[in-house]
Amino acid sequence: MKRRWAGVAAVALGATAFGYLVSREDWWAVALHWLFPSLPVVLFSSATLAELVIQHLQIVLTSSAFTIALGIPLGIWVTRESGRDFRELVSATADLAQTFPPIAVLALVLPALGFGPAPAIVALSLYGLFPVVSGTVAGIDAVPRAVLEAARGMGMGPWEILRRVELPLAARVIMGGVRTSVIINIGTATVAAAAGAGGLGSPIISGINTQNGALLLEGAAAAAMLAVLADAALDRAEELLTPSSQ
Amino acid sequence: MIKLENVTKRYGDKLVVDGLSLEVAEGEVCVLIGPSGCGKTTTLRMINRLVEPTSGRITVGDRDVRSAAPEELRRGLGYAIQSVGLFPHLTVAANIMTVPRLLGWERSRMRARVDELLTLVGLAPDAYATKYPRHLSGGEAQRVGVARALAADPPVLLMDEPFGAVDPLNRERLQGEFARIQRDLRKTVVFVTHDVDEAIRLADRIAVMKDGRLRQYDTPERLLDHPADKFVHDFMGADRALKRLGRVRVDTVMNTAVPRIDRSGGGAALTSPASCAVERFAYVVDAAGVMEGWSDCREPESSESPGSGVTLIDWREATVRPDDSLKEALSHMLELGFRRIAVTDDSGHLLGDVSLAEVEAALTGGDSHVATSPAGGLDR
Repeated sequence: MKRRWAGVAAVALGATAFGYLVSREDWWAVALHWLFPSLPVVLFSSATLAELVIQHLQIVLTSSAFTIALGIPLGIWVTRESGRDFRELVSATADLAQTFPPIAVLALVLPALGFGPAPAIVALSLYGLFPVVSGTVAGIDAVPRAVLEAARGMGMGPWEILRRVELPLAARVIMGGVRTSVIINIGTATVAAAAGAGGLGSPIISGINTQNGALLLEGAAAAAMLAVLADAALDRAEELLTPSSQ
Repeated sequence: MIKLENVTKRYGDKLVVDGLSLEVAEGEVCVLIGPSGCGKTTTLRMINRLVEPTSGRITVGDRDVRSAAPEELRRGLGYAIQSVGLFPHLTVAANIMTVPRLLGWERSRMRARVDELLTLVGLAPDAYATKYPRHLSGGEAQRVGVARALAADPPVLLMDEPFGAVDPLNRERLQGEFARIQRDLRKTVVFVTHDVDEAIRLADRIAVMKDGRLRQYDTPERLLDHPADKFVHDFMGADRALKRLGRVRVDTVMNTAVPRIDRSGGGAALTSPASCAVERFAYVVDAAGVMEGWSDCREPESSESPGSGVTLIDWREATVRPDDSLKEALSHMLELGFRRIAVTDDSGHLLGDVSLAEVEAALTGGDSHVATSPAGGLDR
């Protein structure tokens, strides 16, 4: 138990350090000037790095929330009696969608929703859906038949079996799917800037357009750090949510 | 208590259970037995509605099982299965509390019940309550499975090969413990097995099934002595005499008035002519009555070393328990080459003994066809 909370403390420390780092634009300016001495502009001018990180987080958190809120119930549904017929369809779509480049998803949604955060959130929610669905299905499928048989035989109803047996036992695999989804989302959300949603993709796209490597690095480095931090945080969350016996 | 009336289960064209009628009296153990695919497990699962019968009627305690929601019915019927199915993410205590929690028991009552049940199945509550299933051996997991089935004190227990997945040695021990628990609790039990010896040992009545039909429903003695047809005869096996012995518990036939010598009295007592006058042979116990060996008065006694006619043994190896079967006792006698074997309790206190005479009496007791062999053939 002690070690678990030590992990949480380490993540909190990392998050604080990251927050402080992005607030010190002067440090970034010094570093980027040193790396790109010939460039007159080394920092994105329309928004501070802290603002970009917050925008990015908003996009990621909103779309991941949608993904989880949709993906886990969908995964549960196709493992129920009522949804079993749709299981093949859902798995096939999951396989197909994972081979789809995210920018193509965005391009497909743009005409329907126009520019701004909305199309980006829709595209990201759908793109990240599949690791969550397949994680949920795989996790529930892995619950031993004997355990389910015993649960039914002792008089647990379908809801009790789901809540007390299936979900706790599947928690680790489901969390694995969520983690994959969120990490993909943090990277893919940089593409959201192309749809005018802001976030850390903005300096990247601006840097590409103006051939400014410093701007590109500003966005990419911050996004990478965010992804590493999120991965560590979700790793801790996975451990905390998983029953101690496993 | 449990009544099946003309119950049929059909999967498509396949008739799995065919017009089965069966009645289990309160407090009796009914063992369903037959070759695999005979419908015994399906029959069991129809009682708690894990399988719904195609036609027919099942009542438990005069109530049609269909009169309530299946979940409610199942909470009143203990259920233990071969694969145990303990919840791997919950402690032993939480596993046992499954049904009480569904029934909304208070926490303190559940806690007390867990201790009571773990003690009943022979696991120390302090050591086991907080363990997780992956830390249990196969036999321990089976015990917890039985404790979990008994948790809410259901009048009926449904068991599907509950000891099928453990090694033979542990299985015999679990069977003995189950028999002991059942003597105290008097549950109405329906027990599925494919092990004839297990059925004979535990059953009050055995239902022999084949191809979804009931071939004979009778006491183990009647099945052994009067099989209804060739199938039942063959299924019960050739060694029927030995199987009969599996039915007889040691404590029902043992001699309690056995000659004994208290060794704490010193060496002199061992050669006391009084004990040798009655029997040529006497058991040796310590001051607490724990079996230490025996003294054979025929052996020449040398004056320099009194007690040399005494054979010392480890009671754990050369004795039987009162709830062992005569079959086990006979097996031990043959193995050790003795005509009699001492009976002790779990801590070695001498209770009595059984000899080949009791084995023979048990075999000829009923209207058995078994010919008795002349006595003395097994002497060493």
